Order: sequence, then structure tokens, then C-alpha cells
Amino acid sequence: MIDVGDGAAIPHKNDAGLFTAWRIAFFGSIVLCLFLAFGRPDQYMAIFLFVPDGILITFKVTVGAILLAIVFGLIAGLGRISSNRLINGTASLYVEIIRGVPLLVQLFYIYYALGRFVKIPDMLSAIIAMAFCYGAYMAEIFRAGIQSIPKGQMEAALSLGMSRGQAMRQVILPQAFKVVLPPIGNEFIALLKDSSLVSILAVADLLRRGREYASETFNYFETYTVIALIYLIMTLFFSKLIGIMEERLNEGR
Amino acid sequence: MKAAKRPMIEVSGVSKYFGSFQALGDISFDVSDGEKVVIIGPSGSGKSTILRSINGLETIDRGRITVGGMDVSDPRTDICKVREEVGMVFQSFNLFPHKTVLENLTLAQVVVRKRGAREAEEIAMELLRKVNIAEKADAYPAKLSGGQQQRVAIARSLAMNPKAILFDEPTSALDPEMIGEVLDVMKTLAREGMTMVVVTHEMGFAREVADRVIFMDHGMIVEEGTPEHFFTNPTHERAKLFLSQIL
Repeated sequence: MIDVGDGAAIPHKNDAGLFTAWRIAFFGSIVLCLFLAFGRPDQYMAIFLFVPDGILITFKVTVGAILLAIVFGLIAGLGRISSNRLINGTASLYVEIIRGVPLLVQLFYIYYALGRFVKIPDMLSAIIAMAFCYGAYMAEIFRAGIQSIPKGQMEAALSLGMSRGQAMRQVILPQAFKVVLPPIGNEFIALLKDSSLVSILAVADLLRRGREYASETFNYFETYTVIALIYLIMTLFFSKLIGIMEERLNEGR
Repeated sequence: MKAAKRPMIEVSGVSKYFGSFQALGDISFDVSDGEKVVIIGPSGSGKSTILRSINGLETIDRGRITVGGMDVSDPRTDICKVREEVGMVFQSFNLFPHKTVLENLTLAQVVVRKRGAREAEEIAMELLRKVNIAEKADAYPAKLSGGQQQRVAIARSLAMNPKAILFDEPTSALDPEMIGEVLDVMKTLAREGMTMVVVTHEMGFAREVADRVIFMDHGMIVEEGTPEHFFTNPTHERAKLFLSQIL
């Protein structure tokens, strides 16, 4: 039987039980990596030496895409709450279309569509494609975050003589930022994992480096074990980091 | 040029509809410089709506509202200029939770009035002392009681040196023991000659402070007059009924 608590009794994310699960997964993965690399150096050491530049590429794609997605998302999110019909319609269309097409299809599409008109590096176009897609989800996060701020805040700012733009910058967005940080953190983790899709697009990320190695050596099982472990360590690390950032922000109140 | 002294706030023939519901029906009144006008009436009578129309937080469908000669309903008017001159205090305080008490007071001074940080802080501290809460200058609003928050909100409004202040049920969200401290601040302002339009259920305050009482019901002004007249000898049945229920 699974023992389900009532609302108030659901364990807080800092509770020992959950923290232990994170610790087992995170440190377990690291220990396993070390064991494989040094305990079975014949099969594994070469893999660990082969993939690190892929980690760097994965990291660059993820960070680049999330930063750009935040920009796209903020613009589209503000567009979604605009009273200007054209702006609102454009932003809504963007969100609806992007959310209705699979990410992989979009990646191909934007990558090859961009490639037809401009010659830009593979990695940059992959970043733009990822950001364009995640921007649509980000837009909804920003829209919800902004709308979660009580109406009275805007009214108070306006009645002090601020323009809408000033009120947005000085009063609404700083508050909305706190609200959107947790979901943006989740998007970052999701994007980190989805970034593996760019391996299809001639971008030598972690997964692609793994595929290259495996197809040369036919060590598929060993290679993908290592790849999965590295992804796991990265996502666990960043989810912890984001959790700590959230706590810091909440303490600031 | 009209050199003659015009009322600070002129409301003439204002109507407003929410869909087919008439929220305001042909409202007219003036508020002259230094006058204290208290608007009372049952909930849903349109008193907050007319108050919020004065600084353009609500749009009106017919009629005209001018503040210091600026036409609020004219789209060519820079509504920010109107709001710089007319402060507003809300039922729910609406302090900025991510700013300290001091920052709540300095923000608009710096952003709108373009004052230097030092000057804005000096003005802010002086006003916080005036509303008796200077010791909380560095606290965040969440740490303050309702009464303290509302006093800060009044000080925040004063920091813009408004010519008039609109109060939208400033004590309705407060615990009973905190109402007095907020009303005291408002009475002080009244004595100092601030032009005030106050929507409230505090009849004692209306009686003591108001130069004129406006009673509204169903979006119309039913009765208007001095507090003595209104509280002792109201003409209209609805005003009598309202007073018998509330007093």
C-alpha cells in the first residue's frame, strides 16, 4: 500500500526522505561512474575520455537556448497580455503553433528553413531552434506569472503617476520573477534533456559523441550507460542548484 | 484664459455601464481646493467606481471629469500627469511587497518626480515620522500590521505632493483596533487642508471631518449636503433607511 498523506502532510521538499533520494541518485551515479572508469578501465575509460567535449556542447546549447528562450518568452508573454490586438494575436499564434508541433519536427524545420536563407553555424541554429520552441512555453509561464500579481499592484503604481511600462518594470516584473523562477528552473532541466535532440542536427553534443563512439566500437550498452549517467548527474546537479536559488529568493522576503 | 478659481475636481454628468448594468447614472459634483467630501452608500452603489474614475482607473461612458483643469476622459490628456496630482489610498493597501517601507515611498518619487535618491529618502523619512512609523523604514510590508501598512500607503501617496487624495474604503480591510490609527492620520491631513474625497463606512469620521456628504445608491447621488443635515435630517427615504441600518 502507498501511504498518501493529506495536503498538509505531504512532505516538504526539504524533508529528509526526499533529500535522501536525491543524494542516493546523485552520489550513486558519481560513484558508479568512478567505479566504471577505474574498476573496468578496459571497457569504460575510453568512453569517459571520448565524451567530455560533448558535455561542453550540451551545456552551451542548453544555456544559450534557455537565455534566448527567456527573451522570446518574456516578449511573447507580454504580448499575450497586451490589449493591442495585433500584438496579442501574433503572440498567441506563436504559442499555439509551437505548442502543437513536436519539438523534433520543429528542430528539423527551423534548422533547414534557416539554412536555406542564411548560413549560420550548426550550433547557433540549433540554439535558435530550441529557444524558439521553449520560448512558447516560457511565454505561458511569464503570462501566468504576471497575471498572478494582484491587480491592485498595477493600480497602486499607476495611481502614483507611473506609466504602464514603468509599473511593469518596477513593480510587476520583479514580483513576477519570483513566481516564475521555479517553473523556469523546470524548463531548464527539461531543456537540458531535450538538448539531446540536437544530436540529430550535426551538433556534436553529449549524445552524438556517444553515438559516434558506439558506432566505431560497437560498445552500445557501455556507451549509453555512461551517457545516461552523465545526463543524470547533470540534471540532478542543476535541479539542486535551482532549489537552492529558490530558497535564497524566498528568504529575501 | 479662465483666471477664475475652478473647482479642483469637477464631475459632470458621468455615466458608466458594465454591459447593460448601469453602474453610474448622471453623477455630478465638484470638489474645491481644501474641501473634504465623504461619499457613503450601500455596497454596489457605485461610490468606489466614481472615485476610481477620478484618476482614470475606471473609464467612463458619458460625461466629463476634470482634475485641476485636466480632462481625465480626454484620450489626449496624459493620464500620468493627472495621477501625479491626485493620490490614491486603497482598501487593500497595495504596498509593493518586494520593496521596503522606505523604498515604497521613494520609488515613484525617483521614477516619476525625478528626485535624487537622497532627497527622496529625506522626504520619505519625514513622512514616515509624520504617520508615526519611521522605525519600520527598513522592514518589508509583510512584517507590518494592516493599520501600519495603510499608514505607509498614505505616506507613499503624500510623497508625491498630491493636490488631492482619494481614499477608497481605507479602513474596511482593517481589524477594528487598527481603524483608529488610520483615521487619526486622515484627520491630521484634513486639518492641514488637504483636499480629500473619501469613500467610507466610518460615519463618525464623516461627521467629524466632512465638509460635505454625498449619499449614493444604485449609481446615483441620492442626497448631498453638510454632515449635520445628512445625519440629523436626511430628506430621502433611502438615506434614512441606510442610516437606520448603519447607525
